[in-house]
Amino acid sequence: MTACALELIGISKRFGLVKANQDISLCVPSGTIHGIIGENGAGKSTLMSIIYGFYQADSGEIRIQGQTVKIHDSKQAIALGIGMVHQHFMLVDEFTALENIMLGAEGGALLHEGEQRVRQRLAELSRLYGLEVPLDIPVNQLAVGVQQRIEILKTLYREARILILDEPTGVLTPQEADDLFKILRTLKADGVTILLITHKLREIMAITDQVSVMRQGQMVAHRETAATSMPELAELMVGRKIRQSVDRHEQTAGQVLLNVRDLTVRDKQGIPRVNQVSLQVAAGEIVGIAGVSGNGQSELLQALAGILPFNEGEINFAGQKLTPQQPVNAARMRELGLAHVPEDRHRMGLVLPFAAYQSSILGYQRVGKYNHGLTLNDPAIRTEYTDRAEQFDIRPRDPFLGSNNFSGGNQQKIVLAREIGADPQLLLVGQPTRGVDIGAIEFIHQHIMDMRNEGKGILLVSVELDEIMTLSDRILVMCGGVITGEVSREQANEQILGLLMANALDPNNQQGHSA
Amino acid sequence: MKAATLNKFLSVFLLPLLNILTAFIFTTILFLVIGIDPWEAAKILVQGAFGYEEGIGYTLYYTTNFIFTGLAVAIAFHAGLFNIGGEGQAYIAGLGVSLVALGLGSFLPPWLLLPLAILAAAAFGAAWAAIPAYLQAYRGSHIVITTIMFNFLAASLMVYLLVNLFSEPGQGMPASRAFPETASLWTWQEFMAAFGIEFAASPLNISLILALVCCVAVWVFLWKTRWGYELRTVGANPEAAIYAGINPKRIVMLAMLLSGALAGFVAVNELLGVQHRLVLGFNTGYGFAGIAVALMGRNHPIGVMLAALLFGALYQGGAELAFEIPSVTRDVVVVIQGLIILFSGALEFMYRAPLQRWLLRFAREA
Repeated sequence: MTACALELIGISKRFGLVKANQDISLCVPSGTIHGIIGENGAGKSTLMSIIYGFYQADSGEIRIQGQTVKIHDSKQAIALGIGMVHQHFMLVDEFTALENIMLGAEGGALLHEGEQRVRQRLAELSRLYGLEVPLDIPVNQLAVGVQQRIEILKTLYREARILILDEPTGVLTPQEADDLFKILRTLKADGVTILLITHKLREIMAITDQVSVMRQGQMVAHRETAATSMPELAELMVGRKIRQSVDRHEQTAGQVLLNVRDLTVRDKQGIPRVNQVSLQVAAGEIVGIAGVSGNGQSELLQALAGILPFNEGEINFAGQKLTPQQPVNAARMRELGLAHVPEDRHRMGLVLPFAAYQSSILGYQRVGKYNHGLTLNDPAIRTEYTDRAEQFDIRPRDPFLGSNNFSGGNQQKIVLAREIGADPQLLLVGQPTRGVDIGAIEFIHQHIMDMRNEGKGILLVSVELDEIMTLSDRILVMCGGVITGEVSREQANEQILGLLMANALDPNNQQGHSA
Repeated sequence: MKAATLNKFLSVFLLPLLNILTAFIFTTILFLVIGIDPWEAAKILVQGAFGYEEGIGYTLYYTTNFIFTGLAVAIAFHAGLFNIGGEGQAYIAGLGVSLVALGLGSFLPPWLLLPLAILAAAAFGAAWAAIPAYLQAYRGSHIVITTIMFNFLAASLMVYLLVNLFSEPGQGMPASRAFPETASLWTWQEFMAAFGIEFAASPLNISLILALVCCVAVWVFLWKTRWGYELRTVGANPEAAIYAGINPKRIVMLAMLLSGALAGFVAVNELLGVQHRLVLGFNTGYGFAGIAVALMGRNHPIGVMLAALLFGALYQGGAELAFEIPSVTRDVVVVIQGLIILFSGALEFMYRAPLQRWLLRFAREA
């Protein structure tokens, strides 16, 4: 075994009563790509924060290239050659790539001198690793994949020899992810040590040399990637066997429930976020909308739910024709039989300071059965919540517990239980399993599938291609606010969806694919 | 779960108590510096506020005003709004009370006149709050700025009206003529006499009962009705409110109308209960103190009630203190109030983190 570039010995960290990391030991050999997987809340982020100096461990030791070190802040981590690419980029949007890379390393009072130095060094780095980025364009005008490369360049410019990437592919198309992996392999060939944090098993298998699995704050297994498999890793992550499939009834779609024609939603600047989108959802089918995050899916979902006003087109639902001249609000859409599981449960789906049972009527607070006379019927609300908590296995069951005290998966179940429990004709679902444990994912998928099997219509928006392909009967792909293609369940594969997501597939060619 | 209970105990009981204690410690130091025996001063203050019937009467009379303005701030706060305009809303409400009392006083019997005057107080207070509310909801002007400005507008308007419209010719006093006898609320003395109980004369009147009713009503409204649910949703998470089909603009209007009406009731206590005429600056200080009362009372009616009582006692006991000890001026009393506001308002969470750590360790070992 080669020497460890980074070694952790017995790292422990607790927050109050929560043991975020318990006695974690890890050796990352120099010049390898090491994956760390685990569910949300398994302690991956805490561990990385300790390595990068955001937190101090309560006990344990960190060794860099064999030397025991104390890392008090990120400055020290950088000095030790550690670089971190965060899940949410730490870039100043209005600055150019050059300015962003210089930030904190300006080298003197006047920018000009430093600028020349940075340009020179970046030219070398770009040549060395194939990391081409335009240096003089504000980063908010660049694609997400390019922004990520700037983040990587930033760390390399600071002489990082150990690179930590936190969920790097969350915002990338499959093709962009492949490009990233190419870059990572080049870096590895140059002796850079890479730590890849992810929950995507596929990526672990594709690129890492070794993988470590975390569960509930502990390191439960180390494996050579070549000697393990996805099912084994999934089982290690969750601590039990995972059933991969959902019960799908073979059925043909019924009558059209939702008919959207030429829907356009503009943002405040007048830029169309959803551009002339037409789609239909019929009873008994799941229509999936795939796409890289930020390509208009969120706006589409919100316009359909009555949250965001739209500028052109029409929505036909439940015998009503909705136009920009006759806008409706979310309350009216609910009355018409539409339920909506929003993409971001913290921002929209729940009121975090409210008790769970109070969050369980959000949007339905005016429904007759929750009121008697002037006051809310709290006992009835609690009884219903308790039943649903049982049915959806929401833990803990306590209806009085604050909505913010549940784990991500259980919060999602509260929202899902509420929206499915309202017995809608059409369900809009955004990112149903974002930040949800693997164990809860299959459960949530099955509930969505059950609704379809019962003959309800479902419009599913997700950035997880696996999820889209598992659930959908038909898949629409959005890119830049436009639907770039439709693929049936049988034709769908990652490659064709990926090309549509980047809008790189010629529509005529696509016909050829389908045939 | 256990940690949650501990946290609640901490923020509801322990923190307010510690904050007040800290304020008193600093007051003690202040007294020692200016050469007053703090023990003696404390005795006079408590004795003045609670030691005899008339003192209690004054304390509760001030408390009544603080409950109204405290509730006004609290209800707006639950909708995510900071109503700094209680001062002006109370002032304008005085206009409503006076118009009803002076205009209709000679025709209507008390059982009709008094409810009308009380409604007028609510309506005028609400109307004065409605303008900043509208500007916030539909024009995006920040409510803190507009309500502050509306305090000045109210003050100028009332001075103008008092001087040019209400003041009696030849009197040269910025006050209206006296309200007719019918426009007078029972004093506490009269009220207790109805039950055969003797109570010393004081400005305390049955507005106190209105204040307590308001406490219960606000509690029921906020936590037991769908409108309160919607209001709190907007305050806690405006995006979730839109998702739920709640119109935040209408909630802003609703919350501010209720807030203004509550602040307006100060005019009921002051004008119908005590002054029996419209006078200059009857509202002074109550609106702003209401912010501190709501902050200290954690925006909960019970907390507001307790905080209002504390402020009432300080007002009354402080006045007594200034009277008994010549070196304590009115300003020293204001400093004490300021210290309480500083420690329980601005430095509200100073003790939180260390106490939380200590409590958790304690809970673990137990």
